[in-house]
Amino acid sequence: MATLTKKDIGGFLARQGILLAFALFMIGFTLANGRFLDPDNVMGVIRSSAILGVMALGVTFVVISGNLDLSVGSMMSFSTIVVLDLHDKLGPALAIPAMFAMTLALGAFIGFLVGYLRLNSLIVTLGMLSAIHGLTLTWSGGKNMDIADKAGTWFDVFGRGEVLGIPVPILMFLLLAVTLGTALAKTPFGRKIYAVGGNGTAATFSGIPRARVVFSCYLVSAFCVATAGLLQASRSMGSQNTVGQGLELEVLAAVILGGASLMGGSGTIFKTVIGVLILGFIQNGLLLVGLPFYVQYVVTWVIIILAVWLDIAAKRGRLWSPIA
Amino acid sequence: MTTQTPVLQLEGIVKTFPGVRALDGVSLAILPGEVHALMGENGAGKSTLMKVLGGIHQPDEGRIIVGKEPVAMSGPLDAKAKGIVFIHQELSLAEELSVAENIYLGELPEKRFGLVDWNELYARTNRILEKLKVGFDARTRVGDLSIANQQMVEIARALTVDAKAVIFDEPTASLTDAEKVVLFDVIADLQSHGVGIIYISHRMEEIFRITDRISVLRDGEYRGTLVTAETDEEEVTQLMIGRSLDLSRNAVHHELGEVALEVRNLSCHGLFEDVSFAVRSGEVLGFYGLVGAGRTEIAETLFGLREPSAGTIHLNGEKVRIHSPADAIARGISLVPEDRKAQGLVLGMNCRDNMTLPQVDDLKAGPFVAEGSEIAIFDQYRDKLDIRTPGWKQAVGNLSGGNQQKIVIGKWLAMRPSVLIVDEPTRGIDVGSKSEIHNLIRDLAAHGYAVIVISSEMPEVLHVSDRIVAMYSGRVMQTFTSEEVTEDSLIQAISGLTPGQAHQTDTTQLSEGKDIQ
Repeated sequence: MATLTKKDIGGFLARQGILLAFALFMIGFTLANGRFLDPDNVMGVIRSSAILGVMALGVTFVVISGNLDLSVGSMMSFSTIVVLDLHDKLGPALAIPAMFAMTLALGAFIGFLVGYLRLNSLIVTLGMLSAIHGLTLTWSGGKNMDIADKAGTWFDVFGRGEVLGIPVPILMFLLLAVTLGTALAKTPFGRKIYAVGGNGTAATFSGIPRARVVFSCYLVSAFCVATAGLLQASRSMGSQNTVGQGLELEVLAAVILGGASLMGGSGTIFKTVIGVLILGFIQNGLLLVGLPFYVQYVVTWVIIILAVWLDIAAKRGRLWSPIA
Repeated sequence: MTTQTPVLQLEGIVKTFPGVRALDGVSLAILPGEVHALMGENGAGKSTLMKVLGGIHQPDEGRIIVGKEPVAMSGPLDAKAKGIVFIHQELSLAEELSVAENIYLGELPEKRFGLVDWNELYARTNRILEKLKVGFDARTRVGDLSIANQQMVEIARALTVDAKAVIFDEPTASLTDAEKVVLFDVIADLQSHGVGIIYISHRMEEIFRITDRISVLRDGEYRGTLVTAETDEEEVTQLMIGRSLDLSRNAVHHELGEVALEVRNLSCHGLFEDVSFAVRSGEVLGFYGLVGAGRTEIAETLFGLREPSAGTIHLNGEKVRIHSPADAIARGISLVPEDRKAQGLVLGMNCRDNMTLPQVDDLKAGPFVAEGSEIAIFDQYRDKLDIRTPGWKQAVGNLSGGNQQKIVIGKWLAMRPSVLIVDEPTRGIDVGSKSEIHNLIRDLAAHGYAVIVISSEMPEVLHVSDRIVAMYSGRVMQTFTSEEVTEDSLIQAISGLTPGQAHQTDTTQLSEGKDIQ
């Protein structure tokens, strides 16, 4: 270990490349704009990352089980529209559980198709992305949804409230992260998710009900989406039908950035939280240095490709390994 | 005969894979017009040798000589162009295409504008089919043919080139007696045209009926060539399994307990039929047979991975139905599966978590996994099985094959089963770990476990078993006690040769495909 070879450096870059790239970004942004590390800005980034973060927690479960969920953005639009609409019809106390039940039913349907019918999760959730969008538009009739009496309801507490000076979305994100992180790392259920994602056949041969585990992961994902929808609706008190559009890719970027393998069987909630924050800070930094917001779509793509490449490179122990 | 120039020669072929010397200096010479049998146990190196010959693997050392020319094979097409043609056990035909299209795939005759010249194609094909005396036409869809006729299509494909040597790999595995006669006629015809034939089979009867010479491989080494007319089954068997066998024969005996598992007339459509056996606690019951004889499928049925189509399973005298692995585990059945990497382990997971996986629901402290109990279980079986690992945090994928196998065995012993099924307990692991695992199996029986061992290695079944069930084509041919069993009788039984058993005509129905002829 006395001398560093080219291969050692390559391996180190492959393993720690994401953090290095992140550090470089942070230094660059700070030099370009002094406000970047301002406490208000940092809090703002965390706060605006919370909704994405909540969704990423659920998708982490799905990805570790060896599947994908590309329907979360579309499903979040659905939850937001539904809870806003029902708010004025049923009142917030009934609207929230009703919206959760409906979102969980969608998750259960996906879980049934992927888990029990063993359909390819990419196709199923890509299809659901479109189908749920149609469902949302049908529900709303294509119109924006607004809460009529914005002053006379406690509904805004989730999105705008603070406890001990900390915004509620951040608290919810942390609470869910700790709960789900513990469930994943410490319970038999979590252990089975890793087994199913790591080697589904071996899990079956160990008596683990693979279909039920996959099904449950989609329920967890749907629960997180419903929470995100609630936070979104409560923050804006009104919404377009397309509020969650494109989020599926950002969520996936955060999860992969955190180091969960798309092959399944690896990743943790803690790493996903890191991934969410990296993505949030980079997007914020781009805005602060004066780039238009739409640059972030391209940057999200770059981040996904970079993360996937480094993940593969870390496994192979080198950065460059073309097909022979 | 010896003065002829061989059509094909392999000289000193060496091929190693990580950790295994698959072929160790194998030489073989095929004379024109001879049928040359290639024999050896599963894993002796026959398939690797054929892959080297077909250019799928490149040899580390040695050379291939076709006629008088040393050649390098870049792949199966290259081999075919050089006159070396393979008829595979697994057919590689496009079912939706016609016989003619399959035969000339990749070299269809063309007319103007690159269109297929169908008339020419069918005419050429029918000329070949006539030579083979088959009852179907060039236009027939291949999917509509029986397995035997599909094989004829493969053979017809071989005849489109000027074949110097044709390799048959277990060609009769799914043929009826009548179909075999046709196949043997075709082989005789090829022979009369000076083509050299390599005939790979486990079936002694066929070997002695149609071959001229027999070459034997064992553990990747060439063990010798015998002239068929001057040898007998016993000599061939000895060459195949080696001499050291009797020394390692299990001689330990101890008290047997009650019948732990009994299976009556168990069938699973197309995989095995009418299988009955019983195993007592304290007993090791071996299952021996060729790959595909139905042994693994029986194990999978007992473990709830397949639904039986008929028959009953009795555990400790009680009739049970097993619908899932969870059912089987709850009833005290454990299965150490045949492929440890694909079925036995989650390679990216650590040693401890792999070992406790089947019981993770039962190891709880409140809502959480009791990691302390897990570590205690891991430590216990690490010591008991002498598993070499830096610690429980090590990913199983980093361990050697032998240690991985011990993790799988430990995982299932930790369930304290009443019946332990071990499928191919020592596949792909080194000699030292092998004998440790054999001793362990004997030791488990001595401690009152009922153990079923499925193996394709004869020395292994002979060494560990108290009784041996010989299977052939999904049926139990005979059950031997360790006192009465001989290598010869065992080989005969698994080749379908056991006297007094009706086999060929009805067992072939198991695998016979649809036939519109």
